[in-house]
Amino acid sequence: MTSSKYKNLIFLLLTALASLVIVVVVILIAITLIKESYPALVRYGPLKFLFSRQWDYSKEIYGALRPLAGTVLSSFLALAAAWPLSIGAAIFLTELCPRRIKSVVASGLELLAAIPSVIYGLWGLMVMAPFLEKYVQPAIEFVLGDLPIIGSFFQSRSAGGVNLFSASCVLSLMILPFITSLAREAFDKTPPELKESAQALGATKWETVYDVVIPNSRSALAGAVVMALGRALGETMAVAYLIGNRHASLDSIFSPYATITSVMANEFNEAEGIRMSTLFALALVLMLSNSVILIISKRLIAGRRIA
Amino acid sequence: MTKNVRKRRIKNLLALSLCSLCALFGLTILGWILFDVAVEGWKALSPKLFLKDPAPPGVMGGGGLKSAFLGQGLMTLTAAVMGIPIGILGGTFLAEYGRNLKVSAIVANLSDLAASTPSIVIGAFVHALLVAPFGGFSGWAGSVALAIIIIPLVLRTTDETLRLVPWNLREAALSLGASYHQVIWSIIYRSSLSGLLTGVVLALARAAGETAPLLFTSFNNNSFNWSLSSPTASLTVSIYQYAASPYESWIKLAWAAALVVTVLNLGLNLTARLFLKSRKY
Repeated sequence: MTSSKYKNLIFLLLTALASLVIVVVVILIAITLIKESYPALVRYGPLKFLFSRQWDYSKEIYGALRPLAGTVLSSFLALAAAWPLSIGAAIFLTELCPRRIKSVVASGLELLAAIPSVIYGLWGLMVMAPFLEKYVQPAIEFVLGDLPIIGSFFQSRSAGGVNLFSASCVLSLMILPFITSLAREAFDKTPPELKESAQALGATKWETVYDVVIPNSRSALAGAVVMALGRALGETMAVAYLIGNRHASLDSIFSPYATITSVMANEFNEAEGIRMSTLFALALVLMLSNSVILIISKRLIAGRRIA
Repeated sequence: MTKNVRKRRIKNLLALSLCSLCALFGLTILGWILFDVAVEGWKALSPKLFLKDPAPPGVMGGGGLKSAFLGQGLMTLTAAVMGIPIGILGGTFLAEYGRNLKVSAIVANLSDLAASTPSIVIGAFVHALLVAPFGGFSGWAGSVALAIIIIPLVLRTTDETLRLVPWNLREAALSLGASYHQVIWSIIYRSSLSGLLTGVVLALARAAGETAPLLFTSFNNNSFNWSLSSPTASLTVSIYQYAASPYESWIKLAWAAALVVTVLNLGLNLTARLFLKSRKY
């Protein structure tokens, strides 16, 4: 009897220790990022670092503004393209899809999320970027390129298909299955009585979806989109291929640009001293924004108020 | 039929067709990617891929990726050996011993934070911890980075799976005089085995497809070796480096490696799906 008690105690301690490992890892990540980025943050000052456009190897002055802007721009462009598609696909799956093919369609869309990001990068670089450059880019340029003021943002200035637009496109494909499955979960939680009462009042299927199902899961949908934003911000391999990692001001969405992750992937292994510290500072920015996004999205999905 | 009703029906039809097109778009993209990877990869697939090391770009034939296969296998395996037990035991604490503790909720949230951390940040972290102080890239550092990806995934699926086991099962076993660890080992683990396996397989699939954490830790190595204390090649990093190269023979190698990685990854995901289906709770 007592030996069994000891064994139980030992197992209890073992499981408690194992659950502490991840806590220690998270704390170590935070400490390491702060410690390694400290020299850069002290040298430039945190605010000056965030809002400096410079990235000068010879003078060793590095600012976060361009990679940060690239990360935010590419993620938001991706999100803008992905959310309507994902929610449409989720509506199809929950409301329309015949039961016989439902599991096939759902698995297919989920497998899209299982493809490793380096494969998206390879495919994006070899197949999608040339396709976009040949067919989509001229079309967008034709429609929007001659507009006053903003038109120049849609004119192509460089060849090769490696640019902000391609990077955003591949990102949007990568977050599409992610938002779809979260939206589907949210839609499935709509009480059937609500839908049935709408239909009993004579609402069409679309009206039921638009006026009952979507409003009922609004908060969770917002959470899904925010969570996808977090995914997009931190995505590395595909973006590193497709954005071109160019440190220059952005003159068009068809020009190469840089993101935090592309700068890290391309420059980390050759960086030393203050440049290395700068890259850690970028990682710290990424980690902090990711934490905030995670908290907001979890609260939204749980249906709680944000503040 | 009044005009209004017809208008609503047309709107209904239009909107629902658009939704169907969205789903079709997703499936088309999946098909497009898989088609290209299969066709391009198949063209480059040969026994040489598994039996030879990469050759310099000028050399005819381009060599193979023997070291990358071995390195990827060794690192994923090492990461699994480190990560899976920690994940399962940690998840057991959250779901069983610490079920009602406030600490458990904090641990679960931190674990979600770790799982959502961009994998390139994990790579940079392990670089600062295990590469810079020890004088160079190593397969061990790569394994640790992959283990950090595995742990939170396994931990949370274990936690969620064990919570699904009905509480009276535990009470029944405890009332027979079993101690809690016996209940966990012989009742709870056993009855939630397929759920646990789902989590483990999915985590392995994630780890086997990761590139960013390996880029700064194990880097790459063109020569074949069994040791994890030197830089270690992996398929994913090889794809990343070769696809960006201007040499056709290297780009072919990248496609071949991509085919292998994709098949492996989708295979693991489908396996996880089978486990999920055979779940009891």
